[in-house]
Amino acid sequence: MALQASESAVVAAADTDASAPRRDKLRFLRNGKTLVGLSILGFFVLLAIFGDALAPYDPSARGPNIMASPSWDHPFGTTQTGQDIFSQILVGTRGVLVVGFVAAVLATVLGVLIGVTAGYLGGFGDDALSSLSNIFLVIPGLPLIIIITSFLPETNDLTIAAVIGLTSWAWGARVLRAQTLSLRNRDYVQAARATGESTWRIIVFELLPNLTPVIATGFIGTVIFAVLSNITLAFIGIADISEWNWGTVLFWAQNNQALAQDAWWWFVPAGLCIALLGTSLALINYGIDEFINPRLRNEKADRSVTMRVGFTPVLRDQPGVPAGVAQAGSPARVPAPAPPPGSAPQGTIRKDDQA
Amino acid sequence: MRYLIQRLGFYLFTAWAAITINFFIPRLMPGDPVASLITRYAGQLDSKAIDSLRTLFGLDNEESVWQQYLDYWGNLFQGDLGTSFTYFPTGVSEIISQSLPWTLGLMGLTTLLSFLLGTAIGVYAGWKRGSWVDNMLPVTTFLSAIPYFWLGLIAIAVFAVQWSVFPASGGYDNSLVPAFDWPFISSTIYHGTLPALTIVVSAIAGWILGMRNMMVSVSAEDYVLVAQAKGLPERRVMFSYAARNAILPSISNFALSLGFIVGGTLLVEMVFSYPGIGFVLFQGVGAKDYPLMQGVFLIITLAVLAANLVADLIYLLLDPRTRREA
Repeated sequence: MALQASESAVVAAADTDASAPRRDKLRFLRNGKTLVGLSILGFFVLLAIFGDALAPYDPSARGPNIMASPSWDHPFGTTQTGQDIFSQILVGTRGVLVVGFVAAVLATVLGVLIGVTAGYLGGFGDDALSSLSNIFLVIPGLPLIIIITSFLPETNDLTIAAVIGLTSWAWGARVLRAQTLSLRNRDYVQAARATGESTWRIIVFELLPNLTPVIATGFIGTVIFAVLSNITLAFIGIADISEWNWGTVLFWAQNNQALAQDAWWWFVPAGLCIALLGTSLALINYGIDEFINPRLRNEKADRSVTMRVGFTPVLRDQPGVPAGVAQAGSPARVPAPAPPPGSAPQGTIRKDDQA
Repeated sequence: MRYLIQRLGFYLFTAWAAITINFFIPRLMPGDPVASLITRYAGQLDSKAIDSLRTLFGLDNEESVWQQYLDYWGNLFQGDLGTSFTYFPTGVSEIISQSLPWTLGLMGLTTLLSFLLGTAIGVYAGWKRGSWVDNMLPVTTFLSAIPYFWLGLIAIAVFAVQWSVFPASGGYDNSLVPAFDWPFISSTIYHGTLPALTIVVSAIAGWILGMRNMMVSVSAEDYVLVAQAKGLPERRVMFSYAARNAILPSISNFALSLGFIVGGTLLVEMVFSYPGIGFVLFQGVGAKDYPLMQGVFLIITLAVLAANLVADLIYLLLDPRTRREA
């Protein structure tokens, strides 16, 4: 759902990108949300790499302690057969991240190919490609993934990632198409066309760099979706349950009546890991959104001037407020150095239509 | 009117595409699933079920794919979705028609509730930037990252096992006969509360966030400024000027995210053993009951398409610009 925010932010972003004189490249990293998100994600990536080595027990090995609650020996307790849940979570991290990222890479590549081509070509090709992505957008994704996966003769992490990637590219394609449409007739693209640059060169060197933030938010949104779908598949028992991931842990917990036996340690850690990973990815996405759309930054100063009858504000340059916001919020237009006026989001709201 | 016809055409086209995909999925898969199923259900499948399986997987070789496709459509129009073998010999359409009302009730109510509540909170959070509501956003982010089914598990652990306030599973008290009377309806509400709460809590965050961000964008627009400069009451500016415009993308997003919501709701039904279509799908998956799974997928897709059409109609009512073009 983080994708929703990005779509509206996109158009505003294009305007900022085009005319901002020099951007501070590291500003993105200075955002607190992004930093927190990246740190949590980094932690999980480390777990994915070193999880096997760090795990104190073999996750599938049975042990003498049955249904033990968390202790020093077993930080997350044990299962009905004495397996160590902490080790299962550690070992399972890799599967979760691999499926999430492989599926997202596949979906993003497809989305970029289809979305940018549709937006840049226009005409019949655009109609065909955008109705294709609209169809995939409306067909409910999870049931489709469940159906396809259960028909597959054998499932492993890679086939599941492929199924998820092949069914979830449509949102990215749609957003990218809209964005490409708005970039297509910019002066610099027309200049490139006039100097005789080839189509693929224009797409790769003129368009793609300006689409990077959109591609990035789409990618991260797809990782979230892929992780959740993968865990869901494991939880309902379609995926190969002999491969450990967080969904498999939940599958065994559910099938062994962990709830009725009050074994909270069996399903709470896996769920918290999922939520933490999801939150970290969402935070990175908010960071990108705020980076490309300064209006979304959480600053109180934004609406400090409230208009009232008989109240004439005098506006000075406020250093703390992003230039675009200060201007859009001011009644008397102070000529600012370069910032563009804020544009209406997504073309659904046009200023000239308003009374 | 043109807009409406265009949308209707698109949905018909999508419905055709979904049905066609549904037709081709089993035919494109490698291997012979029928043979393995027959051995799995050794002796339990009669010749009629095996025939319907062979038709489903396109293994009657004497017919061309085109003829099979036409037959498939013919069966669909007669409401025949094949024979389930978990509930043998009941037809798939009969099972679905029994479980669909439960899902529609639960999903419709909770989706509407979370959309309305989330939008209202989002309007407020976006209008009062930096207030305590706005600062709650990280919490809602965390909630939205939790899978629906896990929240359901926790809800069962806390409210059904720990303090038995609500029942852990089922859609109504098993001692009651389904009928349109008070004991049955109250039992339905009692059993439905926990699943409904789970869905609302997980789904609401997305709406809050989308609406909040749109409010922030819209409240910087000139017409909001003019409304404030005219001295209109704050409430009027907030609802009639800012929120009215900000809600439009939320409604088109509503249509688009229905697919996600449906997926989540199906899982909540599985966790709570709620007698809806998600639970049926779960049982079908567990037993590799392909006709049942495909029927459920088809019905879910058609229902989502219908809901999308309704969202389009609402959009038409709210946004005069789409009407003016007629």
